[in-house]
Formats: sequence, C-alpha cells, structure tokens
Amino acid sequence: MKRILVGKVSDIPTLRSRTVRVGGTEVAVFKLSSGALYAVENSCPHKNGKLSEGIVCDHHVFCPLHDWKINVKDGLVQAPDEGCVKTFQVETDETDSIYLLVEETGGLTA
Amino acid sequence: MKRKLVLVGNGMAGVWCVEHMLKLAPQRFEVTIFGSEPHPNYNRILLSSVLAGDSSMKDIVLNDWDWYRDNGITLHAGHTVTKIDKAKRTVTSDKGVTVPYDELILATGSRAFILPVPGADKEGVIAFRDIKDCETMMESAKKYKKAVVIGGGLLGLEAARGLLNLNMEVSVVHIHDYVMERQLDQTASSMLRTELEAQGMKFLLQKHTEQILGRDRVTGVKFKDGSVVEADLVVMAVGIRPNVAIAKDHGIEVNRGIVVNDFLETNVPNIYAVGECAEHRGVAYGLVAPLYEQGDVLAKRLCGLEVSGYEGSVTSTKLKVSGVDVFSAGQYREAPGTRAIKVVDEFDGIYKKVLIRDGKVVGAVMFGDTSDSTRIFKLIRTGEDVSGREKEVVLGEGFGGAGGKSAGSGVAAMADDEIICGCNGVSKGAIVKAINEQGLTSVDAIKACTGASRSCGGCKPLVGEVLQCTLGADGVTAAKEGICGCTTLGRDEVVEAIRSMHLTTSKEVMNVLGWENTEGCSKCRPALNYYLGMVWPVEHEEERESRFVNERNHANIQKDGTYSVIPRIYGGVTSPQELKRIAEVAEKYEVPLVKFTGGQRLDLLGVKKEDLPKVWEDLDMPSGYGYGKALRTVKTCVGNTFCRFGTQDAMGMGIAIERRFERLNTPAKVKIAVSGCPRNCAEATIKDFGIVAIDGGWELHVGGNGGVKVRATDLLCKVKTEEEVMEYAAAYLQFYRETGKWNERTSEWLPRVGLETVRAALDTPEKRQALVARIDEALQVMTDPWKEIIETPSLRATFEELPGSLAVDASAAAEAAAGLESEAAAAVERP
Repeated sequence: MKRILVGKVSDIPTLRSRTVRVGGTEVAVFKLSSGALYAVENSCPHKNGKLSEGIVCDHHVFCPLHDWKINVKDGLVQAPDEGCVKTFQVETDETDSIYLLVEETGGLTA
Repeated sequence: MKRKLVLVGNGMAGVWCVEHMLKLAPQRFEVTIFGSEPHPNYNRILLSSVLAGDSSMKDIVLNDWDWYRDNGITLHAGHTVTKIDKAKRTVTSDKGVTVPYDELILATGSRAFILPVPGADKEGVIAFRDIKDCETMMESAKKYKKAVVIGGGLLGLEAARGLLNLNMEVSVVHIHDYVMERQLDQTASSMLRTELEAQGMKFLLQKHTEQILGRDRVTGVKFKDGSVVEADLVVMAVGIRPNVAIAKDHGIEVNRGIVVNDFLETNVPNIYAVGECAEHRGVAYGLVAPLYEQGDVLAKRLCGLEVSGYEGSVTSTKLKVSGVDVFSAGQYREAPGTRAIKVVDEFDGIYKKVLIRDGKVVGAVMFGDTSDSTRIFKLIRTGEDVSGREKEVVLGEGFGGAGGKSAGSGVAAMADDEIICGCNGVSKGAIVKAINEQGLTSVDAIKACTGASRSCGGCKPLVGEVLQCTLGADGVTAAKEGICGCTTLGRDEVVEAIRSMHLTTSKEVMNVLGWENTEGCSKCRPALNYYLGMVWPVEHEEERESRFVNERNHANIQKDGTYSVIPRIYGGVTSPQELKRIAEVAEKYEVPLVKFTGGQRLDLLGVKKEDLPKVWEDLDMPSGYGYGKALRTVKTCVGNTFCRFGTQDAMGMGIAIERRFERLNTPAKVKIAVSGCPRNCAEATIKDFGIVAIDGGWELHVGGNGGVKVRATDLLCKVKTEEEVMEYAAAYLQFYRETGKWNERTSEWLPRVGLETVRAALDTPEKRQALVARIDEALQVMTDPWKEIIETPSLRATFEELPGSLAVDASAAAEAAAGLESEAAAAVERP
C-alpha cells in the first residue's frame, strides 16, 4: 500500500471538494464541516454526474445533475435511489498534507 | 433632551408598557430597568408549560438581552431597588446603583404567599412564582418522589400537573371541599377533579395545614385534623400578594396594592404603578389581560397621547393543563336575579353554564369544550342585550341543529372587531389582515407578527381557526410541508424569522428554527442563501457552498460535466470586435459548439471546468448570468432606430434595463424583453417583465413565461416616460424578490399573490421609491463574478484539480505533488 500526496487540507474549502486524478480515476475529496476528509470516485452511479460539484450537507453530497444523495463515508446512494459509489481511504499528517491510499499495483484501494 | 424613564420591575407588565412606549414615541425616553431576577424579561404564565415539559426556559423569554441593547435600554438585572428619593428624583438599588428619573414606573408585581405555619422555612418548601422555583422543582424531581402542592387553585393545579410530568407522586391539598372554587362551580370542579385524578393526581380536600414536618428538609405536612402526609417537596400555591414594600417605605399610598387612579398615577407626582402591584378602584389583579390594558393606558399617557382612563377589567380564566379545557369568566355562581342555561353531556365530559341577569350575560363556566369561550367572554365584556336569544348564547346559532360546534364555524361568524387574543387584545380583523398582507401561513407566524397567542396561549386553537378560515384548508395544508424536508416551516415563516430575529447565516437559521437535518439539504440551502441575501443584502455573506453548481461555478453544467459560457451582450447589441473576440476564444479553447441562445446571446458550449477562468479572461466581457437565478437577458427588437413601424427606442431601453439590473439575484431566473411597437417582435408578453412601446408611451406587462408552462403576461399599467419604465421595473422586481418563493418564476408567483396585490404594492410613487431604494441597496454590493474569480487566486484555484493529480505512479507521486505545491504557492502571489 502506498500513500499518494495529493495536496494540502487548506486547498479544500469547507463543505466543498477538490478533485485529483490518480491512474485513470478521478477522485473527489470532500471536506465536511467538522474538517473530516472523505474521498469517493467523482462519478454518480446514475449518469456519471460530477459529485465534486454537488452541495455537501453533513456527510452527504447531492449530485448536481439529478439530485441523487450519496453518503461520502460509505458511498451508499440514499433512498429513494439505489446504488453505490467507490470510496477511498484518506489520511492527513501533522503538516496537513492529504494522502490517498493506493495499492502497490497502481490501483486504488476501495 | 430625552426624558429619563426608570422602570422598577423587569416583568411582564412593566416591560409591556415600555415596549408600547417605544412604539409610540421611540425617541422620547432614555429607559433604565431594574429587575430582581437575573434574567431578561420572560413570560411567567408559561412557567407551568416549562414545568410540564411543553416549553423550554429559552422559549418563554419575551425579550432577550439583545432587545434591551438594540433599544438602548439599560438593564440592571439582579438588582432590587431599595430606595426612592422623591425630592432628588432618584432610585437606588441594593447593589448601590443610583439612577435619576423624570418618570418612575413601579411594576414590582406580586409575591407568592407563604402560609405562616411552623416549618415553612424548611428546605424543600417553595413557592411557584419564578424561574428559580421552576428549576428547584425540576431538580427535586430527580432526587425525590413525593410532592405535596398546597393550594387547589389555578396555580396549584398547574404546578401539580407539571410535577406529575416530572414523574413525581403528587397530592394537592386544599382547604375547600372542591378545587378552583374561585373560578368554577361545583359541577365543573368535580368534573375537573375526576379528570385530574385519572391523570394520577391525588386530592386532600378540606385540609388545613398546621405544620411542615422534618428536621432540615421537609418530610411531611401535618393538618389540623391530626392527619399527616409524607412529602419530599412542598409547593405553596395559596395565593399572591402585591409586592408593595418599596412603595410603603417611601410614603406612596398603599392599600392592598399601590393605589393608582384611572391613569395609573400614584399619589406622588411622576410615580406610577402598573400590574399586579397596583390596586385600581379597590382591585389588585393577578391575571395578564388587565396588566396589558393598564400598560397601554400608561404608555399613551406618558407619551403625551390622548387616552381615556383605565376603567378596570373583566377577567377570565383558563387552566393551562394539557388535555383539560376549563374556562370561567365573570360571575359563575347562581344568585338571586340570575338565571342559568346549562348543558351537561356526561358522555363527552362537557359542561357549560352561562349566567344571565336582566338579559345580559354576566358570567360563564365551561368544561370539556371551551371553543365558545371567546364569543361568550365578549358578550360579558360588552354587556350586549341577549334577551330572547339566550339559548343561542350557549348552544350557538340554530341550536339543536348541525354545525353548532364544527371547527371554524364560530370564527367565520365573528365580526372583525371581536377579540381573539384576550391577553394582548388582538382582534380577528387584525389577524386576518396580517395573514393577507404578510402572507402568514402558521399560528407561529401570526404570533410573531401580531402578538396573538403570545401570552397564555389559550387562544391558539382559535388563531388556528382564523388562519384556516382565511386561507382555506388547502392553504394551511400546503404550508405545512415547509420549504423542504428539513423543516415544516414555509417560506414566509422562514423569511419572517430571518427578519425578526436578525439571522444572517444559513447555519443560524437552521439552528434557531430547529432544522431536522443539521446542515440542510440541496433544496433549502440555496433557498436560505437567497433569502438571507435578499433580507440583508449588505450584511449577509454569500455562501458559495450553498450555491447550486451553476451559480457557484458561474457557468451552466452540461450532462457530460463540461460547461457553457454566455458572456453579457447588453440588449443583444454587439460589435464586430466583440464577435471576433468570441470567435477567437472559441477556437483557442476548442469549443465544440457555438449557438445563439433563446434570448439572443452567444453560447459557447463544452468548455472544461479548469478552462473556465481562462475563457472568461480572454473574453474580457462580463458574465451574462446564463446560469443564474438572476436577470438573464433583455431581448429587444430594433425599435425605431431602423424599423419602419417602431415607435420608441427598444434597443436603447433594453440596454439601459440590462445595465441597470444585471447581477440582480432573484427567486428564479428573470427574463425581460422590450418591443419597439405593438407588433411585439421581441415577444415581450411571454416574459417576466415585458415592455411594449406604444405611441407616446410604454405598456408594462408582467408574469409571462415562454418556458415549461406558457403564460401570457398581465398588463400592469401604461406609463409615459422612460424614467417611469425604470421605476416600475425596479419596484416590480424588488417586490418579486421580497415575496417570491425560492425557485418560483413570476409566472407562478403572480397568480399566487394576485395581480391586484402587485398593483397595490406599486400604486404610489412613495411605495415605488421605497422598493427602488431597496433594490439599489442589493445591486450596489454586486460585482462581476467572472472578474472576481479571475482576480482572486483562492477562488481560481478551486477550478483546478489538486496538484497530486499529475501523479502517474505511486513512488513519483509524492515528489511531483511536493513540487507542484511550491508552484501553487507561487501562483497565489501572482497579482
């Protein structure tokens, strides 16, 4: 498992997200009001809407295309819709750098 | 020079009077208030509902600390006034503060009466009078089990009910053979007792307290007949006494209370008394309605307004105990010369009695169904002759038939001047007016706006009926849904709260109004952001995180995640240079599609998010707000500049309007069009605001839509000059901004509020100018969002991916990212 430095905590405004591309995958890293960071694949299971552009409430993001509600902690789509989006582990260190955890093979840990 | 007004007593009566004076003559007085309790002014009547768990302490505060500050009132909370110097005209508190006065109001209220029996000073023996007593009871309930309430009157029963809710075993001790004997006859009282016993209350009637038992803390109560009841907590609720010590000590005339005349004046010049401490024509009241009536008279008097004197109050009583409806007013016991009409329904537990003397209603008692109480109380107060229709008084019109008791029927028949809220003197007409004019849709909103049901809350059901009557059942039900799933509050209630409580952030709104989801949802967040900005255009800080993607990124997101860019082209009029520039940008950023929009503008479709700031920079044009809930375009025909039919300069007018209102936030997108003649080539009659030139003037059309639901405009009016067009456009847009729901187009809004309402809001130059002033305030703080993003590195950065995004393989990633970080830092310093 490798840690990839993707940026600084201060790069992401609260209740917003920034994207990062690792391998062929676009990942959205969200900062919640608590300051906690969560990362999911930046594509809504419905019509690939960019979740990074959604409105963040608590630990949910509303897809900007058709308002699907997704839990950024476990990637689960909330009722009445169904589905799941890939999540990724995020870590920070004392210098406030953000890391994504990546498998040795170059793929991403889900 | 302001006159110095000092109020001794920070309770309901005195503060009510001061509130009234602030409304009548805000600049006249410099106000200082002394209060013995360490709290701001609160609603003592609702202590029983705090105890019953229906309200929190916070809910019963009438005026919070901010209110005192905002009104420039000096409050000495926790200070008891101990000295009045009548010669020097000063008062001094126990903490040594001395304040001079020109006018002095004593509103010291009353004290709970503590039975002078041995042991009454033991720990665990309290009154039920203030927040501290209430807190003591709540604390005691955690540790102790057995409570004894001495006193079976109104206050005692409310305290007992509250203690039951706190899971204590409660016994009510009373010296009479039935409870509430001062308000109820024996029949009503025994029905009440049966109901309360069913709720778990025990009664010890005809018991005279002799001694409170216990070493330090109370352990029991001993009665004169020798019997004893165990108790861990004793609440004395045997009555109140006007608090007159300060008056008595300083030579102010005192009988039972501080003696006042019809203008609430004591025998000492410039000293007045209101509320429970005052005695007027031999009566010291212990209920809220008289206090307010007295306060109103005194406020007018002190503000120098003409006022007829206070003539005393007829009082009524309602027991504020859940599940029990009891009402009484006036004389309730039969006496020689009175005749009674009684209804007893043992099946539904309903009892009503109305006493009549000489054809006039003199009193009533009701149990189980008090829905007629307001109507009957009014008959008592007015002394109307009901001879020949006495039975209607009790049984309602067409008695014996259907509809006598159905919800709302009584309210519908009420005259406008009938009082709904007896405490605050709010008439049916005032409530209906508030509902219609302010668009109120809930009892709480009515309370906030008119004060009805603000005090004892007894009239709440009636206020609800007025609401239902006025809006129709549909209006009320629809409002219940709230602006989204996070709240049951509707748009008007939320906006009203933002205004009245001065809320300035979404977070504050959600906290204060008890949002179900603490951070809201995708529906309410953008709506709140708009409402906050509308109400506080200068103060509110735009919440980007609450904006829908289009308005946050200032471009329209398309289904593939790319964006479309529409620069502003005022009135649809452009130049070869501008066209060239747009063409060059389209080529440079490989824009896959260029298209004219429905509003005569050029749209560059398929731009990548990270390219947006660069595209804007190269275009060097203002944002056309093609994405915004804002003024989109002002479509024009060529007008009399070229057209052989044109009567006015449509292009000039369109450009002027677009420049005037560009960037304006509105509840939904706004489209405007200007046609230079009645042929209407700009299709102005399907726009939110349509302007059609006619010979010698302009027609102004409103509420049109060519979109989802086609709606042709209504003609608002005709005007002569371009200045008038501008003034009406501004006033109309601002009225829509202030009354529209988030996401509601004018084509939905106009039918909802009614064309006549809009016309009425714009019918005088004064009204229009006021609206224009407010729209100008909102417009004044707007800046071009594209420019702002281009020039603000931190905003611009959010359009780019994180630096780590270039990482190809895991090992190189850290280095690459670190390197990019320093570049990013350098970028931030760039001007």
